[in-house]
Amino acid sequence: MTVQSPLAIEATGLVKTFGEVRAVDGVDLAVRTGSVYGVLGPNGAGKTTTIRMLATLLRPDAGYARVLGHDIVDEADAVRGVVSLTGQLASVDEDLTGRENLILLGRLLGLKRAGAKARAAELLEAFGLIEAAGRLVKGFSGGMRRRLDIAASIVVTPQLMFLDEPTTGLDPRSRNQVWEIVRTLVAEGTTILLCTQYLDEADQLADGIAVIDRGKVIAEGTPGQLKASVGSGTLHVRLLESSQRPEAERVLTRGLEGVHLESDPAALSVPCGDGERAAEAVAELSRAGIRIAGFSLGQPSLDEVFLALTGHPAEEQAPGEDDIDQEERAA
Amino acid sequence: MSTASTTTAHPAPTAEEAALRKALSSTPRPAPPSPLSAALTFGWRGMLKVKHVPEQLLDVTITPVMFVLMFTYLFGGAIAGSTRDYLQFILPGVLVMSILFTTVYSGIALNTDLTKGVVDRFRSLPIWRPAPLVGALLGDSVRYLLAGTVIVVLGVALGYRPGAGVPGVLGALGLVVLFAFGLSWVFTTIGLLLRSPQAVMNAGFMGIFPLTFLSNVFVDPETLPRVLKGFVDINPISHLVTASRGLMEGTATAGEIGIVVAVAAALTAVFAPLTVYLYRSRG
Repeated sequence: MTVQSPLAIEATGLVKTFGEVRAVDGVDLAVRTGSVYGVLGPNGAGKTTTIRMLATLLRPDAGYARVLGHDIVDEADAVRGVVSLTGQLASVDEDLTGRENLILLGRLLGLKRAGAKARAAELLEAFGLIEAAGRLVKGFSGGMRRRLDIAASIVVTPQLMFLDEPTTGLDPRSRNQVWEIVRTLVAEGTTILLCTQYLDEADQLADGIAVIDRGKVIAEGTPGQLKASVGSGTLHVRLLESSQRPEAERVLTRGLEGVHLESDPAALSVPCGDGERAAEAVAELSRAGIRIAGFSLGQPSLDEVFLALTGHPAEEQAPGEDDIDQEERAA
Repeated sequence: MSTASTTTAHPAPTAEEAALRKALSSTPRPAPPSPLSAALTFGWRGMLKVKHVPEQLLDVTITPVMFVLMFTYLFGGAIAGSTRDYLQFILPGVLVMSILFTTVYSGIALNTDLTKGVVDRFRSLPIWRPAPLVGALLGDSVRYLLAGTVIVVLGVALGYRPGAGVPGVLGALGLVVLFAFGLSWVFTTIGLLLRSPQAVMNAGFMGIFPLTFLSNVFVDPETLPRVLKGFVDINPISHLVTASRGLMEGTATAGEIGIVVAVAAALTAVFAPLTVYLYRSRG
């Protein structure tokens, strides 16, 4: 299979240290051309550093990588000619207008003045930025800024695009817009390396995922494989009256394991294999006369994936509320 | 999954989606721009910033006016006996000083730029490596020219008379801007080495203040103590002032001008590659 579809990214043993910190500690990646590859991990896991090395912004301390066949150190210019980068802090010039940003990029990529203007106009329209085109980017909302950032990355269609946390901090609507753009880009043949903190984002977009923690790839697979390795989703139930929670807990415990009382006195949650099972549980609650304000079935969160894969929470500095509760109780 | 996303209906492809698809369909990659074209594009970027925030020009308009007025009328009577004579002496010096002070801002601007994500994008483009820096300095040269023009116009209005007329003034302006371009590379290097714009500003002015004052900008060095005079005589800024005065008066020698051009070239030869190296290798 890899014979027919050569790899867009092949990285072996990439290492980058900053002082004492091994930000990236031997990362191997193999990304098929034409796919979306997700790199999933918490803040500080080494995702951005990995991208920066692959985009030729940082020189690896050890290891090597080829991007679309070009060595990232020896043929950095050739790599720059085929990739584009969308950074975590939107890589657009805040002191220029949206339109000026796109024209600037078009000119720097070699378009003539008229061509750059026409391309900017086309992108502004496609990304719903026409009204804002003449405003300084400083005044853009997060979603607009992100869209402009992606537009700037495709002024000339790249063969490979690095997307570093494209939806962090966006509202659901803007997030869906960004996802739609990514899907269209892939349909048009661009390979995408997507860094994200969100499992559902990787799930929505990626064909393959590497989970990265403390500079190392700790798991790899398709989204389905990863979720299966973690287990199930979680049913969250919110009651109309918190006084009914003990009763609700009893009802749920009959059929399911691991019922958890949340810090909200009217809420509880339970790991739940699939939607059917969850629907049954909700029906049982209702039969028992428990009044439900709302419920939802969530995918395993990144925290749960992490906990399952590494045995430690994704963000050590931010333990879950229940952990604090338990510690306080113990004290 | 039974999450909210499935409840949003999938609309039929709209005009917007069609536009998106069209915009995303492959745009062929043109040949990369020439070094000059890339640098000029970055110069254009600098000009756009000025257009959006014209207040940035205060340091190249109001400050030179202040310098001319202050030094002429504060020191003129005491140093030269008359403000008119002193203006004739000091104007080329103030021209040099004002423009050289402005070069520090090139370093500050670069340092500020680095804190923004857009630099990553520039660095990931297949363009001539020094283009962002050369372009920024070309843009700054326009600022230097503006400052110089303000000073000369004000000076003439106050009674300054260049012996060599307009060609002399243009020659002096060109020489000062050329020197400033060379000196800017020193400050862009500092701008890449230090961590905050404030630090760059402090370091920059700590260097440029004594260098400018310990020159022949304000006084004839003949009156100075020997050691100080020795320093003033080798100070490149003194040579720049001498050459500028000469050009404006019509008495400049090729040697005087040659030294200045050589220093500017040397500064560029050393600090431009250093700046480019630091810019590229910065994580």
